Amino acid sequence: MSVVFDEDPILGRAYDARLVRRLLGYVRPYTVTVSLAIALLLLASLADLAGPALYRIGIDRYIAPPAQSTGRAGAAAADFHGLAVLAAVYLAVLAFGFGARWAQSYLMQAVGQHVMADLRAQMIGHLQRLSMSFFARTPVGRLVTRVTNDVDALNELITSGAVAIFGDIFTMIGIMAVMLWMDWRLALAVFAVLPVVFVITERFRQRSRDAYRAVRTRLARINAYLNEQITGMTVTQLFTQEPRALRAFDGLNAAHLEASLGATRNFSQFYPAIQFIGALGVALLLWYGGGQIARGVATLGVLVAAIQYAERFFDPLRDLADKFNIFQAAMASSERIFRVLDEPVTVLDPPEPSALQGFRGELEFRDVWFAYRDDASPRAGIPSADGGGPRAESGPSSGDGEWALRGVSFAIRAGERVAIVGHTGAGKTSIINLITRFYDPQRGAVLVDGTDVRRLEQRDLRRHVGLVLQDVFLFSGTIADNIRLGNPEISDADVQRAAEQTGAARFIEALPRGYATVLHERGAGLSSGQKQLIAFARALAAHPEILLVLDEATSSVDAETEALIQRALGAALRGRTAIVIAHRLSTVRYVDRILVLHKGRVAEEGTHNALLAQDGIYAKLYKLQFADLD
Amino acid sequence: MRSRRFWAYIRCYRRAYFIGYAGGLVSIAMAQSSPWVLRLAVDAIRHHAGAGPLAAYAAALVALAAAEAAASYVMRWSILGAAYRVETDLRREYFAHLQRMGLAFFERTPTGDLMARAVNDIRAVQRFAGVGLMRSVHTTVMLVASVAFMLSISVRLTLWMLAILPFVTLVFLLLGREIHRRFDAVQTQFSALSARVQEMMSGIRVVKAFAREPDQLARFRDASAEVVHANLRLARAQGALWPAIGLIVGVASVVLLWQGGGAVIRGTLTLGELVQFTYYLARLSFPMIALGWVTNLWQQGRASMIRLDEIFAQPPAVADPAAPLAAGGIRGEITFRRVSVVFDGKMALRDVSLVMPAGRTVAVVGPTGAGKTTLVSLIPRIFDPTEGQVLVDGHDVRQLPLAALRSAVAVVPQEPFLFSDTLYENIGFGSPDARPAAREMVLAAAAISQIAVDAADFPLGYDTVVGERGVTLSGGQRQRATLARAVMRDPRILILDDALSSVDTQTEQAILEGLRGVMAARTSIVIAHRISTIRAADWIVVLDGGRLVDQGTHDDLIGRGGLYADLYERELVREALEADETTFADAAGGAAPQTDGDDKQDGPGR
Repeated sequence: MSVVFDEDPILGRAYDARLVRRLLGYVRPYTVTVSLAIALLLLASLADLAGPALYRIGIDRYIAPPAQSTGRAGAAAADFHGLAVLAAVYLAVLAFGFGARWAQSYLMQAVGQHVMADLRAQMIGHLQRLSMSFFARTPVGRLVTRVTNDVDALNELITSGAVAIFGDIFTMIGIMAVMLWMDWRLALAVFAVLPVVFVITERFRQRSRDAYRAVRTRLARINAYLNEQITGMTVTQLFTQEPRALRAFDGLNAAHLEASLGATRNFSQFYPAIQFIGALGVALLLWYGGGQIARGVATLGVLVAAIQYAERFFDPLRDLADKFNIFQAAMASSERIFRVLDEPVTVLDPPEPSALQGFRGELEFRDVWFAYRDDASPRAGIPSADGGGPRAESGPSSGDGEWALRGVSFAIRAGERVAIVGHTGAGKTSIINLITRFYDPQRGAVLVDGTDVRRLEQRDLRRHVGLVLQDVFLFSGTIADNIRLGNPEISDADVQRAAEQTGAARFIEALPRGYATVLHERGAGLSSGQKQLIAFARALAAHPEILLVLDEATSSVDAETEALIQRALGAALRGRTAIVIAHRLSTVRYVDRILVLHKGRVAEEGTHNALLAQDGIYAKLYKLQFADLD
Repeated sequence: MRSRRFWAYIRCYRRAYFIGYAGGLVSIAMAQSSPWVLRLAVDAIRHHAGAGPLAAYAAALVALAAAEAAASYVMRWSILGAAYRVETDLRREYFAHLQRMGLAFFERTPTGDLMARAVNDIRAVQRFAGVGLMRSVHTTVMLVASVAFMLSISVRLTLWMLAILPFVTLVFLLLGREIHRRFDAVQTQFSALSARVQEMMSGIRVVKAFAREPDQLARFRDASAEVVHANLRLARAQGALWPAIGLIVGVASVVLLWQGGGAVIRGTLTLGELVQFTYYLARLSFPMIALGWVTNLWQQGRASMIRLDEIFAQPPAVADPAAPLAAGGIRGEITFRRVSVVFDGKMALRDVSLVMPAGRTVAVVGPTGAGKTTLVSLIPRIFDPTEGQVLVDGHDVRQLPLAALRSAVAVVPQEPFLFSDTLYENIGFGSPDARPAAREMVLAAAAISQIAVDAADFPLGYDTVVGERGVTLSGGQRQRATLARAVMRDPRILILDDALSSVDTQTEQAILEGLRGVMAARTSIVIAHRISTIRAADWIVVLDGGRLVDQGTHDDLIGRGGLYADLYERELVREALEADETTFADAAGGAAPQTDGDDKQDGPGR
């Protein structure tokens, strides 16, 4: 069950030329289908118009022929026959109308569905290209709503909104035309009430727009309040503020009731009013038409048909309000959709990317300054370049704390294994975010094999850089799918080999369905240690030259699994350039060198023993993080 | 609809329903009379009546239509209006009921589920109470009356109609059921699509890292194609519904022309009667559709009311005692007597006994998962112990009036929660009897908690809206705002549950300085890591794995060299690491990283 209550609905105009033009662009590929559907709609409307006309023919020719032709002998039998034929024609017209309407609605649905699928694919494709900073500031739930519910609101516009209005208008014009053609004087008698209808409808439309807006915003307010109150219920209870919260809720509730009653009153007035005016039209017809017949200018059949047309004439008007609401919701949704599509791609591939050939796996950070905030300017903490380059001691401004990395430089040889350790907030994860180009640094450069990563194609770079994250993300699908991640270049044998290297094979093969075991709900049922092993296997299966590991001391892992993970790590690091963000001393054993990050700077580096001997930051970290785990 | 609650609400508005139904009956009577006038008019025309009678008939038609419109307005307005009042009452009761639910209820019931009931189910009940109840009566009477009038004109034609029109209801129900089934399939596919988007967006880091975008896009397209397929299946059924009903009514109309016309030729029926009959056909068609529609509304309304009644059936977890003790002035002595707490089969606290004397400051320390928060949550009865007793001034907390107990206790929780309201309202949130908090008191509380400095920088000062739909505060700012809220309450017992963890060291010192005056006069319980905070306490309680492992003064505990000494040692190292340079955690506001003990600020994008 999906509930949308988190944001006040954008309630703008029901028609926005800019948005509509953009939306039409998505319908264009289906022009032929849309044209066919419209043609069918016109035919169906015509079929609807046939009923009263056939009644007229029936009455005037067979049932109650005008006075001059009465008195014919033996007319009755011919009349019966004629009537039966007429009924058969009527039946055929009805059947045709039924088919046309059905086909039309199906075709429009098909167009709507395909447009939605196109739009959704485009949104997903665009989202995939956005940088991680976008995902850091945008809740996943909101993106899901954009791609699912908002696109759905557009479908209603395409299938039941726009086309139906077209059909309604055509029906009204058709009725007017037929009536004028049958008897223009009678038609004008009916049309006499039209100005009143338009005034009433217009007033209703305006009121209903305001009422709809009021109901929607007030309901959104109630729901937002309710949602927040449920989340913070304990606070309200602890502060014994239930009565006050209830009073506030009553206020919102009453405001919504008032708006709902306003809308109801409006509707309650509109329908009977339109009905009354319809009756007024019929009365006019009767009075004026009766006179016309008496004068021999019109026939009874024409009068009856005109009465039937007049009754139908007012039906489309009633739908207008509903259509209006659909339009309004669709405009709001498309505005939100386009906002996603217009989100700029900030981490871009270069126009002429350098090719990576004979990849060795060297890594270098060259004076890298980095902040997550987009608006953090390098000037905040760094003096200008001509001032002799950034100095560590340069006067920190108030924005200084926002820097995750402040002038980090280091080089890692191909095949070298390095651990990065540091206290909370030292900038360890940022190092990984920059190597994989999840983000770009504000200043300085990250180089692989001597090439700035910004000069490479992202996909090319990431093919060579493997990543093992601390919170393992498993996709729905089988274990093999999760190791392969949909890469067709990775064979079943590769999957197994990777699993064996990391030691994951043991538990996977113990499962009844082995590699074909389907994982549900992000791998529920697997222990966190097993998930870690899958993550290692996933990274190894892609044969990366550079491996980045975020290694977390998971307290919930038993000693046996812990040993397994350690072995997997050892296997993973072998023979490639590797950076391990280490939280465990045991991890540090596998590396050639340790870099100690502190407050965004490389503070110390060396081997475990050398660093311990320094009795600096590393020694403190060792006491804090590793002491009781080892 | 068997819900007693539902009918009780309807009974509250029985006058409105009565008036509405009366209006409905009048409107039906008028609606049934106008075809009769029309018939007289048509026959009059055929027999060349003069202009006089015609004008009279026309006037009669207008009069009838006016009366019908007025009565129909009365019906809609009173019944639909009453339904909105029922909705409002129901929503109020729902909220009031939630307010009585305990923490355990909210932990086992997802907010999304509670919201779905509040949004979708209440609306479904409203629709049944309004359109459903209105149409059910209106439709039935209309049906009976139309058939009766038809019979009075021609039994033969009526039988024809009765042979054809029930197909409308039948199609509506049968096709409706099929549509419903296919709609469910659409919903299932749609949920699968949502789940896929959710997964793709949550796992975007992995997707990007392994350059798997094309594969993910392909999987998405598959899910999207399934949605299209399910929708088109639905469209085939749904697209047929109204045309099919139109077709059936049309067939009835054809039969009328054919059989009725024949009867006019034979002279057994007048043309006026035929015209009159066509009107009853129209007046019979809509009720036939409405029958199916009302059935749907009834089914949905009933299912929704059942879901709402499920919530109403939940008893309040923490209830006032049947015979509460008179709550005199609470002094604030707290005693835990052999207290154990079990959550989901796990012991959160085991057999804890201890006394916190009135007016003292007690620090509670221990590693993560030691049961510190559980211990303090028992005092204001956020939940009750599984075994043992918690006493305040010698009275079991379960014997005290809940409101009196909670008024005496103020908690600053670990995860600060602010409402989407002004900073001023948030601080004054707990002020007694809901009158606007005295400005000086709010300002004083803000000064003590050091949020006053930040408030000066907010765009609208204290009138700045904070919380989910307002300005985003940093963790430290939120903690200080919630602290101000607690101080403002002037409690006898003040509980700080790791409440200054996101506040930088200097600010913490300033806060503790300010709090000293406040805490002097009352019992304070402080869960903390920072040495400065812990050392300022009169008494220290050490928990580990749900057990009370030690208690005493700082010097006692250090002297004994147990868990406390270890924790102390590690904290010293941590503070040394952090003190290496000035922390900007709290001062920079908004997005500044916070030193709250884990790796969060290392990468917001993880």
